[in-house]
This record gives sequence, structure tokens and C-alpha cells, in this order.
Amino acid sequence: MNAQEIINSIESEQLKSDLPIIHVGDTVKVGVVIQEGGKERVQPYEGTVIAMRNGGINRTITVRRIFQGVGVERVFLVHSPRVASIKVLRRGKARRAKLYYLRDRVGKATRLKQRFDRPL
Amino acid sequence: MSIGILGTKLGMTQIFDETGVAIPVTVVQAGPCTVTQIKTKQTDGYTAVQLGYGEVAAKALTKPELGHLSKSGAEPLRHLQEYRLEDSAAFEIGQQIKADIFSATQVVDVIGTSIGRGFAGYQKRHNFKRGPMAHGSKNHRLPGSTGAGTTPGRVYPGKRMAGQLGSTQVTVRKLTVVRVDAERNLLLIKGALPGKPGALLNIVPAKTVGRAKG
Repeated sequence: MNAQEIINSIESEQLKSDLPIIHVGDTVKVGVVIQEGGKERVQPYEGTVIAMRNGGINRTITVRRIFQGVGVERVFLVHSPRVASIKVLRRGKARRAKLYYLRDRVGKATRLKQRFDRPL
Repeated sequence: MSIGILGTKLGMTQIFDETGVAIPVTVVQAGPCTVTQIKTKQTDGYTAVQLGYGEVAAKALTKPELGHLSKSGAEPLRHLQEYRLEDSAAFEIGQQIKADIFSATQVVDVIGTSIGRGFAGYQKRHNFKRGPMAHGSKNHRLPGSTGAGTTPGRVYPGKRMAGQLGSTQVTVRKLTVVRVDAERNLLLIKGALPGKPGALLNIVPAKTVGRAKG
């Protein structure tokens, strides 16, 4: 077994197999596990995927939402045990891989067109 | 003064601990090493154990090397490393040392050869500041002054200058072993280790310097 195969075998133990297919522009609901006084609970976080990085075990999605008038972006390690669940709510139409232009927009201009050719 | 192990750096990845924190780890193929010689007070004046690692074809070694290895009945091995011990009687010639001499959460030092960067200038080798790149400046990557004038009339030894960077022995201290895979002889060590994948590493339990705590 060569070096890369050994590393892949270590990573594959931790990769999640039940992840949905996520595209940039989708609206997703991420269940985040948070610790509160020795107790664990799952907090949902909903927003638009504006960037994705496909790095195997290091795969991340950047989810943006407007919270109380302030833009919030969170980067999730998709394969992390802290991410309990990911659910795609809406497929959005995006013509580029990174939707950083949404940061400069407010209100109605931040909406993305819905696309119906991809199943949820 | 305890025994270590020789290994090969395989590369880096990350693993998640039970709380979900991603830990960067370097995967090391550690051993199996063969005990090729045991040095005792009577024969050598000090006590130590010599380990061999890295199987090669017999033609890659010289006759004296093969003769030395034949005493322990080991396969032809590329690398030999000696570990000074208080008492070397616990080991016997031909014994196999595997990755399970380490345990998870143990603190180790890793010795290896850093990546060679060739003849490097002042900025890269010693983190000197750069000169202005514009406004008529012709001083871009020059070192500035290397000392005073007629007195002392020479450059003091140890003055930081351009030269070979890297490809030297480096010890990275106090690294944590995250996981030990005894079956495949793998060590997962938190953080980066010297050299590129394929580099030879010497992993020893962390050396305590100074007075012990408590």
C-alpha cells in the first residue's frame, strides 16, 4: 500500500456517505451541534451556499444569511461530526462558482432565481 | 534516555476528535525496526541499542554493512540509528521494534531533515526587510550594512548572510501522538514534521529539558 492509499484509508473512516448533493447557490439548512452546559443540542442554520471547496475530508461550504440586518457567513467542514445534518431546501441558479458578489447586495437583489431541473 | 523508532513520513491529513475539532496530523510509517546491535558497558564503554530500518536490496549495501547486519540475522537495511539507554539488557538482537512502543496522547520529539531550499538570500533565509521597490530605489533585496568601518575592519563571525537554507537536521519538539495503528505500524502525530513525504524520521519520546515540573 503506498502513502496516498494509507492516507485515503484513514480519511475514508471519517467521510460521511449520506451527504446530499450540494451546489453553489442552493439554500440549505445545516444542523450544528452545540455544547451547552454539558448538554448537546442541534441548532439549525439556514442560508445560501455562496462558496464550496472540495478537498476530500477538508470539504467545506460557506453559507451566507442575513441575520437581524447583518450579513453572517459561516464556513462548515461538511464531514465534521459537529455538522449533524445538511438539508437542501431550494435549488438556486448561479452562473459562477463563488457568489461573493452577493456580499455587496442588499434586500431583493440578494435573491437567486430558483432552478427546477435539479431534484432536491 | 529511552528507545525511539525510525519511520517514513507519508503525508498530512486531518482527523476529527470526539468533540468534532479537526486536528491536523502527519501520518508516519514507523518501523518495523530490527535491533541490529546491543552495546554494553563491558564491550563498548556505554549502553545503547542500535536499530535498523528500511529494507533494500543486498546489492545496495557494502560488504562491511552486510557483514554487520548478518550478525543480527536482519534483512539488508538502509538506515541504522543508535539510542543511548540506561539499561540495554531488556533488548535482544534481532528483536522487532514496532509503532506500539508509543501510545496515543504521548508527547514526542521528531528529528528529520528539513526541505532544502538551495542558496537563499537575506529575505528568505533570515527574514530581513526588503528595500523600497520603487521611487528610484535600487536597493531591493540587498542586506544593508554588515558592520562598522575601519574599526574593527572585518565582518564579525556569525553575521547573517545568504547561503544554503534547509536540508539540515531539524528537531521538532513536544508533538502529541494522536493515534497509533499497531496493525499497520502507523503513527498519527499532530502538526507538521520536517521534510517531504518519503523522508526519514527519527521519533523519540520527548526530552525534558531543565527541572521537572512539580
